[in-house]
Amino acid sequence: MPEPSTTHISVRNLSVHYGGQPALKNVSVNIPDRKITAVLGPSGCGKTTFLRCLNRLVDTVDGVSVSGQVLVDGEDLFDPAAEVTHIRKKMGLLSQRPYPLPMSIYDNVAYGPRIHGQSDRGELDALVEHHLKLAGLWDEVKGRLRAPATSLSIGQQQRLCLARGLAVGPEIILADEPTSALDPISSAHIEGKFKELRDQYTIVIVTHILRQARRLADYVIFMYMGELVEHGPAAEVFNAPREKQTREYISGVIS
Amino acid sequence: MEDNSARLFNDRLIRRLILALIVVVNVLIVGIVLALCVRSWPILDGTPLGRLLFSTEWHPSTGKFGLLTFIVGTFAVTAGAMLLAVPPCLLSAIYLSEYAPRWIRTLSAPLIDLLAGIPSVIYGLWGVLVIVPLVQDRIAPLFGVKSTGYSVLAAAVVLAVMIVPVLVHISVEVMKAVPRELREASLSLGATRWETVKHVVLRKSRSGLFAAGVLATSRALGETMAVLMVAGNYVFALPRTPFDQAYPLPALIANNYGEMLSMPHYEAALMAAALVLLLIVLIFNVTSQAILLRFARA
Ligand SMILES: Nc1ncnc2c1ncn2[C@@H]1O[C@H](COP(=O)(O)OP(=O)(O)OP(=O)(O)O)[C@@H](O)[C@H]1O
Ligand SMILES: [Mg+2]
Repeated sequence: MPEPSTTHISVRNLSVHYGGQPALKNVSVNIPDRKITAVLGPSGCGKTTFLRCLNRLVDTVDGVSVSGQVLVDGEDLFDPAAEVTHIRKKMGLLSQRPYPLPMSIYDNVAYGPRIHGQSDRGELDALVEHHLKLAGLWDEVKGRLRAPATSLSIGQQQRLCLARGLAVGPEIILADEPTSALDPISSAHIEGKFKELRDQYTIVIVTHILRQARRLADYVIFMYMGELVEHGPAAEVFNAPREKQTREYISGVIS
Repeated sequence: MEDNSARLFNDRLIRRLILALIVVVNVLIVGIVLALCVRSWPILDGTPLGRLLFSTEWHPSTGKFGLLTFIVGTFAVTAGAMLLAVPPCLLSAIYLSEYAPRWIRTLSAPLIDLLAGIPSVIYGLWGVLVIVPLVQDRIAPLFGVKSTGYSVLAAAVVLAVMIVPVLVHISVEVMKAVPRELREASLSLGATRWETVKHVVLRKSRSGLFAAGVLATSRALGETMAVLMVAGNYVFALPRTPFDQAYPLPALIANNYGEMLSMPHYEAALMAAALVLLLIVLIFNVTSQAILLRFARA
């Protein structure tokens, strides 16, 4: 059984309650370094909650309680002494729909670096260009960097959000159904970017699209009703699922 | 088919109704302006506009009707109120929308709205009983000035409290309308909460916040009773410091209309004052709309 080489994010006994209602129940899993991990499961099973724990965005919800540990490079995110801005800087987030910040295309990408102290004009220009290229958007926007980000198409906005996330120099990319609002061509574009980035980044992607998971994933986590049902290398989970629920989900009996 | 034509009919009906209402409202405004013009014509006709607007001489018995004192009084009191109210209201709104736990939000919202329901005479009384002595005995001496307490400052303080509900309520609503995901996008890049508020929330809601300010200013420009009770209403000089008395336009009109109208042109002069007040509010609102449009395009 080919175990993934090293662990990047180690989730231990993670439980989340929203106002007393459990959303994640005692989840433990190791997410491999520089691989694409797909989180699968039916609607409402806690995928988004799981992802939002990985960068502690879950904290922003009223009445949420979290127990357990998430270790990134050995550091516990939920340690009360942990510095949350530093942790979040390590992760880029792509949400279900793109949310460009209310500023220009350029400023969207420069936002993170500026927050973290980069003010040199030349450096910023270079960073913006580099990351827009990395996200495959540069050629389409290089002539109108000062235009508002909302003037882009949805597919372009999602790539802008990718560039924005990459510009803070993260090690991890978290993506919550990043292509669900996109047309097929834009989706393929984003998927292609993920494939290019998988060697340098640890990518965790939540998806409803089984075929997308098959195309992208190296590692698969399957959840059901807040519980981690099964996890393992993609080939194993897809071809020889051990649990009945996984089998049913993959064959389309539950969705 | 039957069903469908009924729906289309309803649609047309509603559209016409709304159109009719808008026309009525506009006709009303134009009508008021026209009526004021007609009634103040004896003054407008005889006095050069420059003298009417920029002279401080107000001697009804000798036929001198300069409105500058009152115009300046209106602007001074309104500007003072905005200066006092906007910073704390903005910060409160930021706190309520971005930081406060839910129970504080649910508790404070009705309390703030309650402020809006207090009759303005009560605010005036509170001004006379609390703010005026405070200005007279504490604040003015602090600056080495003698003041009766009835002053621009007292009026500004009372007005500021009166516009708190408008400012806070609208600002909170506007900021809460910013999508949560937008805040999360900023937070996920490692921004602090304050950086997120400053660069994302305030920026996204700036046109709404500006509109809240416009509404509050319009309210302050026209507020009569409370201001009248604490401003001092001194006719013969412009206010030079916040501790001087002021005599805003609404107070002038409310104090004098119906009295001594036997004096020639006195009524016309008061009508001219009303016209000026109305035009100030209208011009202010139109300018603000233009600025809002530019925000929307940017
Ligand atoms: N902010 C919240 N407040 C209260 N309950 C919540 C909140 N967010 C999620 N939940 C609940 O937690 C559970 C898991 O939700 P979550 O969004 O993680 O599911 P999901 O797997 O991402 O679903 P989907 O595939 O539909 O996006 C659900 O039962 C949901 O109702
Ligand atoms: Mg989800």
